[in-house]
Amino acid sequence: MARGEKKPRLAVWKFASCDGCQLSLLDCEDELLAVAGALDVAYFPEATRAEISGTYDLSLVEGSVTTAHDAERIQEVRRRSKFLVTIGACATAGGIQALRNFADVKEYTSVVYARPDYIETLATSTPIAEHVAVDFELRGCPISKRQLLEVVSAYLAGRRPVTPPHSTCIECKLKGNVCVMVAHGTPCLGPATHAGCGALCPSYDRGCYGCFGPMESPNAVSLSRRLQDLGMDAAALKRVYRSFNAGASAFRKESERHGK
Amino acid sequence: MTFPRKVVREQPTQRGLMGSEKQAILDAEGLQALLTALKARGYRVIGPTLSDQAVIYDDIETLDELPRGWRDEQDGGHYRLVESGEDRFFDFVVGPQSWKKFLHPPQQTLWRARREGEAVTVTPEPAEPERFAFIGVRSCEIHAIAIQDRVLIEGPHADPHYRARRQDNFIVAVNCARAAGTCFCASMNTGPKAESGFDLALTEIDGPEGPLFVAESASAAGEDLLGELPRRPATPEEVAAGTAAVAATARSMGREMPAEDLRDLLLRNLEHPRWEEVAERCLTCANCTMVCPTCFCTSVEDASDLTGQETSRSRRWDSCFTLDYSYIHGGSVRSSTQSRYRQWMTHKLATWHDQFDSSGCVGCGRCITWCPVGIDITEEVRAIRDSERDPVSES
Repeated sequence: MARGEKKPRLAVWKFASCDGCQLSLLDCEDELLAVAGALDVAYFPEATRAEISGTYDLSLVEGSVTTAHDAERIQEVRRRSKFLVTIGACATAGGIQALRNFADVKEYTSVVYARPDYIETLATSTPIAEHVAVDFELRGCPISKRQLLEVVSAYLAGRRPVTPPHSTCIECKLKGNVCVMVAHGTPCLGPATHAGCGALCPSYDRGCYGCFGPMESPNAVSLSRRLQDLGMDAAALKRVYRSFNAGASAFRKESERHGK
Repeated sequence: MTFPRKVVREQPTQRGLMGSEKQAILDAEGLQALLTALKARGYRVIGPTLSDQAVIYDDIETLDELPRGWRDEQDGGHYRLVESGEDRFFDFVVGPQSWKKFLHPPQQTLWRARREGEAVTVTPEPAEPERFAFIGVRSCEIHAIAIQDRVLIEGPHADPHYRARRQDNFIVAVNCARAAGTCFCASMNTGPKAESGFDLALTEIDGPEGPLFVAESASAAGEDLLGELPRRPATPEEVAAGTAAVAATARSMGREMPAEDLRDLLLRNLEHPRWEEVAERCLTCANCTMVCPTCFCTSVEDASDLTGQETSRSRRWDSCFTLDYSYIHGGSVRSSTQSRYRQWMTHKLATWHDQFDSSGCVGCGRCITWCPVGIDITEEVRAIRDSERDPVSES
């Protein structure tokens, strides 16, 4: 993107989510001034009350669509956005709230709320890309601050962001981590999981929980066989794929293979 | 298949290999003296250490840092360290990482650029002038280094970073007195005895008062250094004990690569049903290529900052198991898992011969051990070979 005098206008939108991904932007303490210097932060309710109507050059969308109102609102966001980037597992896969997709949401609300009749919600939680065209998806629960800055920097430079879709194993190997599954027998979703977190959990001797969703060509069926050898039963296998990216196709299918 | 045919360092000299000092005995004190002498000569001394329940090559200063009394248990997708109960320094075999991490590191900045006004200054990243001394390099690993030499510096376009890191290395080989469950160097003619490509080679034997090393030098630098260390000439019995230990290792390989013309076997079976079968197990996670001591592929990545003032280009290890690796205009050439596994294996064992005049496999077994689902390259070759021998087993 060429640098004119006018800075590109940034908007950050929230749908069904915990705000954690938006906070990753505020977490960029050292870089925050540079972000503010490069972009005109035009709409960001989490950070500022200033609201500017009109259109936005770069929209970061957090959260999934869980209500009829949001299903309409995302259309409006798309209309106002030149370049729309979804950030985080909710926006790219439906988030943890996509667990409702496996169950009866009416039953849920009847258990959780004193007055379930006040609750208006859809039967499913769906990613933004199921509703509107998305220009770029950034994975993670939460997203990596480093990758968010990469997406913004790449947008400003007019280049493709470097967010490789390969396995988390490659991140472990680049860091010099010893494989927790092979050397310690710890179950790990790394071989089926999209890179991006910097292999956070394996770096602390834990298995990967799949927060970044399925990698580019996941073979969850084969991985599950190995996890079974390491002691996971069908109930555990059903659950292990059913977390923040439960709604992502490869994880959903593998989870359902081990139980409803 | 006899290699390394060519190594960058000087070839073994004749002087010093003659006479009574051809093989000397070092004890633990002598081994410590070796580490100290290398450091005194300005080397960065790297050797095996215990870390994260594995044997990891790292900076060492004293013998206490070596995994003395430990051995590894290796099988497909399985690695465990166990205390051996024996007072030996080098009873483990190869670990999750190879010397590649020092000579051809996972990430390398190539150049940086800075914009000032309208001017852009590009500064190539200087090659790092490090002098490595590697302690405990196994024969398979010496062959792997020779292969990377051929790929990265002996071709028409030498890689300056690899060359700088490879220059002036001091290599202390250790002849394997044990084979792991995934070792198959004997069938690749790459071990377990180091024949060349080192400065000093050690064979560990049990002495009456602890471990001893039968040491031999194969370079002027090795000979000079050995001459400085506290040592005594080896007795014929000690030399024989070392030879016997290495011979026993050769007989106890956990795996074996079928003795076959692998190049022709694989190239005439490019459409074999086995590729599809292995693809059902393969995770395309790329672990095999990351741990392989000869895999050299990298990808180039650009980074730019928010202000657009600074950019840099770097390379990092990449793998033929990723989709981006074969991405050209319009998409990835190898989108299926079988095409990616086949690319890796046929390159490693077949077309590597056409490209670099040798096999790309040294039989270290890392790809078997560190594959999360234990895919075994020797077993895959055997399945294809056996299907030719016995038409009934062909599906």
